Amino acid sequence: MSEASIRLDQVSKWYAGASAPAVEELSMEMPAGQVTALVGPSGCGKTTILKMINRIIEPTSGRIEVGGRDIQGLDPHALRRGIGYVIQQVGLFPHRTVDENIATVPKLLGWDRRRTERRIEELIEMVGLEPEMGNRYPGELSGGQQQRVGVARALAADPPVLLMDEPFAAVDPIVRVRLQDELRSLQAQLQKTIVFVTHDIDEAIKLGDQVAILDVGGVLRQYGRPEEVLREPANAFVEEFLGKERGLRRLSLIAVRDVSLEDGPTVSADAGPAEAREVMAREGVDWVAIVRNGELRGWVWESELESGRKVGDLSVRPFLVRVSADSTLREALDAIVTSHNQVAVVYDGDRYAGMLTLSRISENLVP
Amino acid sequence: MIPESTFLASDPLIRWSWIWDHLEEIRTQTIEHFILTGIAVGVGFAIAMGLSIIALRFRRTYGPVTWVTGVLYTIPSLALFAFLVPYTGLSTLTAEIGLVSYTLLILVRNIVAGIDGVSPAVREAAVGMGYGRARLFLEIELPLALPVIVAGLRIATVTVIGLVTVTSIIGQGGLGLFILDGLRRDFYTPLIVGSVLSVALAVVIDAALAGVEWLLSPWSRMRMAR
Repeated sequence: MSEASIRLDQVSKWYAGASAPAVEELSMEMPAGQVTALVGPSGCGKTTILKMINRIIEPTSGRIEVGGRDIQGLDPHALRRGIGYVIQQVGLFPHRTVDENIATVPKLLGWDRRRTERRIEELIEMVGLEPEMGNRYPGELSGGQQQRVGVARALAADPPVLLMDEPFAAVDPIVRVRLQDELRSLQAQLQKTIVFVTHDIDEAIKLGDQVAILDVGGVLRQYGRPEEVLREPANAFVEEFLGKERGLRRLSLIAVRDVSLEDGPTVSADAGPAEAREVMAREGVDWVAIVRNGELRGWVWESELESGRKVGDLSVRPFLVRVSADSTLREALDAIVTSHNQVAVVYDGDRYAGMLTLSRISENLVP
Repeated sequence: MIPESTFLASDPLIRWSWIWDHLEEIRTQTIEHFILTGIAVGVGFAIAMGLSIIALRFRRTYGPVTWVTGVLYTIPSLALFAFLVPYTGLSTLTAEIGLVSYTLLILVRNIVAGIDGVSPAVREAAVGMGYGRARLFLEIELPLALPVIVAGLRIATVTVIGLVTVTSIIGQGGLGLFILDGLRRDFYTPLIVGSVLSVALAVVIDAALAGVEWLLSPWSRMRMAR
């Protein structure tokens, strides 16, 4: 199936008996193949917006297009079979096995058995479940496993669009982070048009290619890339919603590999004390790291240098804080601070890539 | 002259020779009892399902439906038969009208409660994936409501098995015939045979229905085992 963008044009929703609209004249475009995170306080209409896209809720006025087609002109059942849907409570069918749950939409679409079975196998692996779980019932799975099945079920017929309504809100924080990471790598492969509703700004920033910040009544306060929103909140509402940790949140958008790392006070193992002292003086520190064959051996205090001995022969202290070049600055900061250090050693795979200091991180706190 | 009571006291509680002589009739009437029950529960279930679908679809009909079936449920069975006989005679139809009307309240309540008990998240997920109303009902809601519905069927069936013994009064077959016969003749053996067999029939069918539920809902066992 081709990629599909979603366009909302002057969409309003008044619930019967309500004195104010849930969504008022909202126009926005959610680009194809990207994640658009809808975030805002309760009552901001984010779930209403999501449910209007698969017509679980009908708009009072306005026009919604999916893949260039006005959805009002489509049969709602057919429309929904072409859009993946993941909800917070998962809603797996308790009387059907994991395999049967995943096969839901293929079955509705009338796929033949072999094609369905092949697809189930593929999906079980894709979402990181064990194949033998296919015969279990949802009641036997943990919350995290259930939501993996929920995602697999939504992806079953390979829909171009995926609607996700607070999918990870009900699982514990550790599992949530893992599911978020998995969704991110899944999306890197699949390039679906994803609309992701959440009340958690960190989740929106982490997962969204675009973040739409909504105010009560479905008012779009700001819409843009997460770094734009964090750098330049468009108004007081957005600023307040982002909170005081705005600077810190920015750090979670920057990968360690994207900042220029320092070589740090390093000397080769063959160097003598004089050369080591020179490096320390240049860097303004009282310790030095020792490198042999491109690998970081450890470090020593200036006071531990012995005249006439190569630094490589000294007994070295290991570096306590190691981070991967793929982690974010926020993770690196966390690692440094929690170990009472000033510096983290960065590895790109097995290769020593450089050092990341607190001062380099703080440069990125301020735009 | 020997007083009647002395004669009865000397009579054994169960005269096995009578049972032996009437085996064929006992068999026939047990089957008849089973058939009368089966028709009543079957027809009752069909009507109850219809009423439940209406009540689920148009919520405000649920109150009136349970009121009417509730009134039917409270009418004493003998009074109902007496009321019906002038219209439908001493017929199977009269018996079944009475029997069916006693199943409705139990069945409607359990079907509606079972369907209402389906998690809203399950329903929302199903609708969100493109289930139509009929498929949602048949493939998702009914199977999930099955334990509650079968619980209703069990109560209804056991109730009807008890009531079928009363229909012998309006000339129907079934194990009630033996009870009636025993009472008329002050003869314990058929009285006991009729009573014991109708209780046994109730127990066996109840267990059979429980077994059917067990077979049809493996998923609920798994949940219990967790």
